[in-house]
Formats: sequence, structure tokens, C-alpha cells
Amino acid sequence: MIRPRVIPVLLLQNRGLVKTIKFKDPTYLGDPINIVRIFNDKEVDELIFLDITATAQNRSPSFVLLKDITSECFMPLGYGGGIRSIDDVRRLMGIGIEKVILNASAVENPTLVRSAADYVGSSSVVVSMDVKKGLQGKYEILTRNGKNRTGLDPVKHAVEMEKMGAGELFVNSVDRDGTMQGYDVDLIKSISSAVSIPIVACGGAGKLQDLEDVIKLGGASAAAAGSLFVFQGPLRGILISYPAQDDLKRILP
Amino acid sequence: MIVIVDYGVGNLGSIINMLKKVGVKAVASSKPDVLQQAEKLILPGIGAFDAGMNKLNECGLVPLLNYLALEKKVPFLGLCLGLQLMTKKSEEGRAQGLGWLDAETVRFKFGAEQTHLKVPHMGWNTIDVCRPHPLFTDLESLSRFYFVHSYYVQSHDSEAVLAETDYGFRFHSILGKGNIMGAQFHPEKSHKYGMRLLKNFAEAVK
Repeated sequence: MIRPRVIPVLLLQNRGLVKTIKFKDPTYLGDPINIVRIFNDKEVDELIFLDITATAQNRSPSFVLLKDITSECFMPLGYGGGIRSIDDVRRLMGIGIEKVILNASAVENPTLVRSAADYVGSSSVVVSMDVKKGLQGKYEILTRNGKNRTGLDPVKHAVEMEKMGAGELFVNSVDRDGTMQGYDVDLIKSISSAVSIPIVACGGAGKLQDLEDVIKLGGASAAAAGSLFVFQGPLRGILISYPAQDDLKRILP
Repeated sequence: MIVIVDYGVGNLGSIINMLKKVGVKAVASSKPDVLQQAEKLILPGIGAFDAGMNKLNECGLVPLLNYLALEKKVPFLGLCLGLQLMTKKSEEGRAQGLGWLDAETVRFKFGAEQTHLKVPHMGWNTIDVCRPHPLFTDLESLSRFYFVHSYYVQSHDSEAVLAETDYGFRFHSILGKGNIMGAQFHPEKSHKYGMRLLKNFAEAVK
């Protein structure tokens, strides 16, 4: 039988990988190809790359760099950042990315979700949302690296995106990003109970127990994490890691 | 030389990358003269059944592929939707399949007690080998493969069932009859296990 997926999320900035805290203060981790090779050896379930500057710089995905990355990736690979057209989707599929992740464009041009799903099939189309909790405790979707407020409610957006043909939702908590204090399980729960497509939870994982919690209590189908798999110890030394298969089987039956 | 049939559907890049990694020469092509010269063929595919069949028909490749598969008997490996297209029909659409395998493609349906099982079946799962086949040469016993599909193939010919996988029930995850074979999962995305399977198709399958 199948167990829930555990997915390292890697942030691309220019040609390097970084890790942020609450979408700020990027720490440089290293060269993407080297890090992909390590994750290959560790037989990760899946990898997600997010280019955090593409949309902000109003540019397309870095296809040449992504082609170098995919040629070393022997696991399922999702990519998000700067995807604005079906032509972008086609090019990404062509170089070996099987999941395209739409974030700002899903908000600004929701029909792209529909046309991408028609073109490559729903299971290859992921809609991602960066969610922040406001002062009154109300959740709101942000775009453009957390800089643009959309006023959109994440649950409503999730339902809408499922209707448009999204095959999966990637839900990232801006408040928990890089904090390693645990996922926002309530946020994930509110979304997973409103839609029937799989939810990939992201933001806040600091230990294996957190992965278990967001899946069992939050109803996520997959747990994604950045810091947990790239930092080691209280001083956040850079060390690429991934749980052993036996451990994953034990905590996520 | 292995030729991957390029009919505008599927992540050809990943398959070529992995074959290259295991030292197998492969190209993707839709040109009849290239396909004619193939020692082995791979039919990739993702997306919907009718869209896949329509693309194959639009490329005008179906008569040639039928000839290569059924008369010239070139070893042919279908992957994911590629395998489904080799069956007679699918519950996903109205198009007629290639019909190279005595099988059909049906949707996952679960009873009320299995509501926790989501469709698509997405993630890593194992296979139970049903009968020996060159595809399984030196394959580790706990090999895992990446699946993502809402429909699965159901063979009417029990001898063509090479492996099964459990997702709520046991479904056929690898079929093979003579020179025609296919896997429901994505070996090109399945680490060293997928590498072994593709290498076996390239080297052990005769």
C-alpha cells in the first residue's frame, strides 16, 4: 500500500538554492545540482523547486538551469515560479518536470489552471497558495513572495481551483515558513476538508512528528518541508538529510 | 537504438534522461523512418485517454505503430497512459484503443469503507511479481515505483499479468504478452528501481 509522500522543497534564487524565514532573510544553501544529487541518493519521494524571484522579476522560468536540474532528477519533480502561459507549461513538461505549480498566475489568470489541466491532465497541475494569518485571525492569500495581498480566502480559492481542474493544492504558511515550529494544522484541516483533491502541506516542519501531525490531524496527503531537510541543529548548519524509508513507514503507515 | 514515440504527450525528457543515465542510447521521434529503424520502442504518455489517442491519430502514426507492434514484433514498452492506450478501450473516453493487449482500462472505484483512498493513486507503491519475465532481472525485492493515475488496466488474459499492486485491492500494474509490455507506473521517475526496469527492457528483453 501507499504511504503519504514527504517532499523536500527547494527555493531557487538566481542560480543558487536558499532557505527563507517567513519569506524573508534568504540563507544560501548551495548549488542546486549538487543538492539534487544528494536527494537522489536518499531516494526522496518527490522534489519541489520554487523559483522565488521569477514572478517578482516578471520573467519566465530559467529553462536552461531547470534542464540541468531535471537531467539529474530521477524522482517526480514539481516546479513553480513565473509560469504564465501554456507554452511555459509545455516547455517545462518537455524538459522532464511533471508537475507545474501555479501560484500568482492561478490568482491573476485562473483560466490558465483550466487550460493547463486540459493540456497535461489534472494530476500534473498543482495550484500553490501562500497563506498569512491576519491580525483578526483571518487567513488571506498573498502572492509575489508574500508582498502582494489578494484579499482572497484560502478555502474559497481552494474550492475554486479544484473546480478549475487543479489536481493538487500546495498550501504554504507564510507565518510558519522557516520557523520549524510545526505546521499550521488548522489551516491545512480547513482546506483539506473543503476539497477532495490532495493537499501538500508546507511551512513549519521542524521534526518528524510534525509530518505525522499534519497528515493525520490536518488531512494532508503529503508533507513538504524546507528547513527540516537542509538544516541541522540549533545553529542551523547546512546538512542535507531525509528520513530513512523505515522511519517514514513507521510514522506514516 | 531505443526510440520513444513522440506524439506530443508525455514527459519524454525524463525517459531520455534516465536511459542516458543507465548507458542506453535513446531518441524521441515521430518520424516514420526513425521509428522503422528502432530496435525497441517506448510509448510514453500522461493525461487523458482520448487526448492521447487523438494525438496518435493526428500524427498519422497508428498504422505504422500497428505494423511495428503486431507484424514486425518490435519489443514495445508502454508507460502509464502509454500502457492504457495499448488496451482495447477506456472508461475515461470514447476513443478506441490500440487493442494490442486483450485488456481494458477502468477507473478506480472504492466502497464506502474505503473513502480514505484518494483518486488519483499518487505516490510510491510496490509491485508483486506474478510470473518471471526479463523485465524483472535483478530487480530488488522491495522495489518501489512512482504511480500517478486514476484509471488502471484490467487484463482479460491472466497470462499477460506480470505484476500486481495493492491500492484498496490488487490491480494489474505490469502487463506483458510477447513483444508488447507496459507498466502503469513511471519508471523514469522511480530512482534506481526504475533505472533497473528500463535497463532490463533495453538489455534483457529480447
